[in-house]
Amino acid sequence: MEQIIVNGVVLAANYALIALGLTLIFGILSFLNFAHGQMYMLGGFVVYYVYAIFGMNYFVALLACALTLFVIGVAFETLFFRRVLRITTREENSMLLAVGTALLLENLALTLFGEKQRGVPPVVTGVYQIFGAYLPASRLLVLVLSALLVIGLLLFVQYTKPGRAMRAVAQDKEVTLLMGVNVGRISALGFGIGAALAGLAGGLLVTTSAINSGIGTAISIKAFIMIMIGGAGVVAGAILGGIVLGFTEAIGYALIPGSVTYLLIFVGLIIFLIIRPQGIMGKPWG
Amino acid sequence: MRQTMPASDLGWGQLGLTAARLAGLALLALVYLVALPVWFAGSNYILGVLTNASILSFISLGVWVTFAIGRINISQGAFALIGGYTAAILSTRHGVSFWLCLPLAGLVAAAVGTIIGIAILRLRGVYFAMITLSLTEAVRLAFLNGGAFTQGASGIVNIPRPDALEIFGLTIIPAFRGADPLPYYFLAATLLILGLLAVWRLTTSRLGWVFRSMRQNEELAASIGINVAKYRVIAYGFSCFLGGVGGAFFAAFHQNIYPATYSVTDSVNFMLYCFLGGLDFVFGPVVGAFLLVISFELLHDLQQYQALIYGILMISCILWLPNGILSLTFRRGQAPEGEEEAAAPVPDPSGKPRGSPT
Repeated sequence: MEQIIVNGVVLAANYALIALGLTLIFGILSFLNFAHGQMYMLGGFVVYYVYAIFGMNYFVALLACALTLFVIGVAFETLFFRRVLRITTREENSMLLAVGTALLLENLALTLFGEKQRGVPPVVTGVYQIFGAYLPASRLLVLVLSALLVIGLLLFVQYTKPGRAMRAVAQDKEVTLLMGVNVGRISALGFGIGAALAGLAGGLLVTTSAINSGIGTAISIKAFIMIMIGGAGVVAGAILGGIVLGFTEAIGYALIPGSVTYLLIFVGLIIFLIIRPQGIMGKPWG
Repeated sequence: MRQTMPASDLGWGQLGLTAARLAGLALLALVYLVALPVWFAGSNYILGVLTNASILSFISLGVWVTFAIGRINISQGAFALIGGYTAAILSTRHGVSFWLCLPLAGLVAAAVGTIIGIAILRLRGVYFAMITLSLTEAVRLAFLNGGAFTQGASGIVNIPRPDALEIFGLTIIPAFRGADPLPYYFLAATLLILGLLAVWRLTTSRLGWVFRSMRQNEELAASIGINVAKYRVIAYGFSCFLGGVGGAFFAAFHQNIYPATYSVTDSVNFMLYCFLGGLDFVFGPVVGAFLLVISFELLHDLQQYQALIYGILMISCILWLPNGILSLTFRRGQAPEGEEEAAAPVPDPSGKPRGSPT
């Protein structure tokens, strides 16, 4: 039981990080970033190369990973999404583009990195024992860093000027523009930060579970489940979604086979959405 | 902003079925049903690719119908899987004829789709997209964990080829023999043409107007007395029917089905075919599917970069042809109200197109 709680906490913290990035992008640009899982995967690969292959410090690798994904996110926003969001009238088109970028990243990774499963040597070793549950130091590191990043992001969005501008854009784009905010730059920044969070989540989890080029879709589905539970575009909802999914998964994996766990999660999700279509904290059709 | 609303309000039929257009369609059908099979009779590979593209188009037509009511449907793979398993289980264990399995698979898929649809069609926009995506994964996992009934990951193999279709002792269609791809090609072509006719008829009928009014503004449609809940389930059920029939065809075509036969990627692909062809055109999914499937085969020579080029091609397509490939053909001349209106946002005709019931 204690073990389940410990596993749940670690999963929840990391999942919250993934969901936060997705919900940030959704809130600001109002489209679903299908490539989120692929960004997670790329983040994992950046850490793999910088840390495991080039042998640099793990934190340098994390920084490189955040920077790489930030640049990718900003590039996607300015080169692709800005144009498509401007010229199309059907919201479906931006989704098609998101799917296109997901395919591009996945195929790029397949071409560059191959299909092999990649893991990295442990950053920290040792196992802690808490209330009879085992917590490997590597998982503790993931937990601490994830929690720090989540708190850091919350503070950033709440108290800094760009953060306030992001919340404003999410609420009302036109009025924000009238207030003299450079909406284009804020959108790019939001996409960049969202992408960086996905990448960091990948860079953190690569230390405990290996990654491969094809992992993206599975991660994206998890991210979607989380923001459906919590409500799309709501920061607190994303964290809540991460906690719910993390614990459900931890309990499920401990008691029943893995694929049945996810089947039950899906069934539960569909029933939940019948009762509350906008998620726990979402506004209707936000 | 290029001619989106006008074209979407005008179905294929309203664009005018002139004599020239009819002749063009007839010629297209002739090429498809006669010239192509004669030309490629010797090449099993090419016929296989064309058969594949035909049924993929057929399945995508269903997704197109759900787009018509304004829902992004990423669950079509799930219903192809349900249809495929229905046909596989009926034919291998109960000896049901393929010709009965085909419609039954569609009906089972439609029934499941209707039940699930009643629940999930209340969702809209990205929520609907996300839940249907999850549904694809859920159905795959359900078949994976179905125990003896679905035979888990090992799937159902040795599905019999289509047998002879006889009515009162009269053989209408002879049994499919060996590895000859021609019968499959003709069956696929027939299905696609029937599917296209059905969808075309649907979009030009009263139901089509109802669907379009729902896409533009569901509340408004409801307020003028349209039973929105009923019609969206009808659209979704119809979509699932096409998915089920297509899945049953592939089960007999490949003679096997596994839980992994249709994954999220396939559901996304069905959606992409519609997008790429153009959501405003009945022919959209057909053009999209044929183009992507055939270009994928052509890019085979570039081997390792194939998928990458494919991704780049797709993004360029979206960037420069956001309303689909078919929007090219209607841009000049034919375009109802073309470039003039491109600059100004199209005034919303209060969500009530002409001819919509009041």
